Amino acid sequence: MRQLYYELTESVRIAGAQIYANKLRSLLTALGVIIGIVAVTLMGTAINGIDAGVDRSLAGFGDDILYVSRAPWGNRFDWWKLRNRRGIRVEYVRAINEWIADQPNSALKVAVPYDQGFYHVTRGDNRLNNIMTIGTTDAYARTTRSDLLEGRFFSEFESQAGANVAVIGYDVASGLFPGESAVGQTVRVRDQNFKVLGVVSRQGSFLGAFSWDSMMVIPFGASRRFGRVNTDGDVQVQIDVKRLAEAKDELRGLMRRIRQLDPAAEDDFALNEVGTIRERIDPIKNGIALAGLFITGLALFVGAIGIMNITYVSVKERTKEIGTRKALGARRRTILLQFLIEAVAICLVGGVGGLALAAGLTQIVAVVAPSFPLVFSLGLVLTGLAVSVFTGIFSGFAPAWSASKLDPVVALRYE
Amino acid sequence: MSSPLPLPASALVRDVRPAGALVIDIAGVTKLYRMGTETVHALRGVDLRIHRNEYLAIMGPSGSGKSTLMNMLGCLDTPTAGHYEFGGKNVATMDDDELAGIRNREIGFVFQTFNLLPRSDALHNVELPLIYAGIPKRERLDRAMQSLENVGLGERVHHRPNELSGGQRQRVAIARALVTRPSIILADEPTGNLDSKTGVEILALFEELYAQGNTLIVVTHEEDVARHARRIVRLRDGLVESDAPAQ
Repeated sequence: MRQLYYELTESVRIAGAQIYANKLRSLLTALGVIIGIVAVTLMGTAINGIDAGVDRSLAGFGDDILYVSRAPWGNRFDWWKLRNRRGIRVEYVRAINEWIADQPNSALKVAVPYDQGFYHVTRGDNRLNNIMTIGTTDAYARTTRSDLLEGRFFSEFESQAGANVAVIGYDVASGLFPGESAVGQTVRVRDQNFKVLGVVSRQGSFLGAFSWDSMMVIPFGASRRFGRVNTDGDVQVQIDVKRLAEAKDELRGLMRRIRQLDPAAEDDFALNEVGTIRERIDPIKNGIALAGLFITGLALFVGAIGIMNITYVSVKERTKEIGTRKALGARRRTILLQFLIEAVAICLVGGVGGLALAAGLTQIVAVVAPSFPLVFSLGLVLTGLAVSVFTGIFSGFAPAWSASKLDPVVALRYE
Repeated sequence: MSSPLPLPASALVRDVRPAGALVIDIAGVTKLYRMGTETVHALRGVDLRIHRNEYLAIMGPSGSGKSTLMNMLGCLDTPTAGHYEFGGKNVATMDDDELAGIRNREIGFVFQTFNLLPRSDALHNVELPLIYAGIPKRERLDRAMQSLENVGLGERVHHRPNELSGGQRQRVAIARALVTRPSIILADEPTGNLDSKTGVEILALFEELYAQGNTLIVVTHEEDVARHARRIVRLRDGLVESDAPAQ
């Protein structure tokens, strides 16, 4: 065992000396690994970033919310079945909240109505089209994770009165009120004036797609006055997320009573949650991740081939030295270990260099294109180092093996 | 025949140390090589016995099998047939790792081309066999230092081979061969790459080593070198032609 340790330290020493003595060659070889590691790492940061972006977007929805809807999200539900279902009525909200008030130990916390429409919003000459407008109550502020940059949410009074007040997203504010504060000012929606009470802090968009920054929230009553019959409205119920199953059961039971369903009848509503979205996104995300890693892995593979090639050259060059070492008592596994370590050493140099370069590039991208999701993490660094070591072992093994099998008599004669 | 190298003063007295235990016992050893479709009979039945404290020269023209015999003695190669015992152990049946162990502990090689590691200093070159023997660092360095001092290079332990003369390099190689306190020193044309003056110095060093109780086997094709030994074995065509004390 001690012997192995000494051989190991000798191998590391030799590896260092070799790299130092052949700086150009080692650099060029390591370059292959560097490029491979940069590619794979950037892919990893992109995957991390997409993960974070998805999480952030979904967090805007709130993962402790149950959505009472007519149909389950995303399912290719039988349309005719759906067609015959009654709409969700916002009166349910009151019933649910009353029930929650009576049940102090409920897993349900609060219910809010949720109306949604797309309207054009104008202010003077500035105009934004198709802004998603949510109509809800003041309790909504408790259900979402987003916090306000300035101003406030509407109060209970304003909510119940259905006052023409609004809380707008960051991009809406900067679009309609460039360079000034939106709070206290007036916007026009569907020929009605709305006073801006608050601006939501910047959420960022996920790859330029859906974002809370381009939304608006108004009291439910105000939304109703736009004349949409709320057949497709939702009821959102915030729950204790640790008791998800229990909450779903409670709410289901409650809804069935509200809808006065027979015990034998199936639900004519659906309880949706953000977890469902995540479940559908995950396989897509994983598929993309795998494909991406495979492709960038090819770049690393090319680097590995470079390592293998150079190690073969190194073995050939040092044939006489290998013969001498064997004559002095080095066993086959000693020689094998020595050249493996040399290959791993170059790969580690490449790996560390590649990781540093990738970290730098990630920083640059963060400055230049902040919405592009790249997230560097410690896990990525450790994975990158592990991948480097593995690449070294994988690519160095064949040449190291051939070195270990050299006949010392033949090797010593080599000129 | 060229003029003979002057023998060192001590050799004029030519004392022969009493032989010790049997180290190498070779009986009826043959070695065949396959070169393409040809079979080369490098050794055709060699008998040789070497005891401790001997100073032996093996001579022969090229093709005589002396290199093959040397590789055999050095446990770098195994016989095709015949009996070979090293220190009482049957070498012919040993596996690669065991042979490596014997080479490490029992045999000290000295090569014609020195075969030093070019990027390591003298001290590291000499400690190398001890690394393979699993000796701890402190002890390794001590023994390597001692070995270098023994060959007169105590002042140059941190020199690289390219900072040393030919003679000094061979001394480093000899120090390396001695560091494991081997049963035999096996030298292949040790003065082949040295000028005659340096060659004399190295042979004088061998004389010292012999006086210190080492067993020396020198393989050479030069009479002048062989004459320094106490016994000369001559090979021809794969067989021992003569085996007699040196005159």
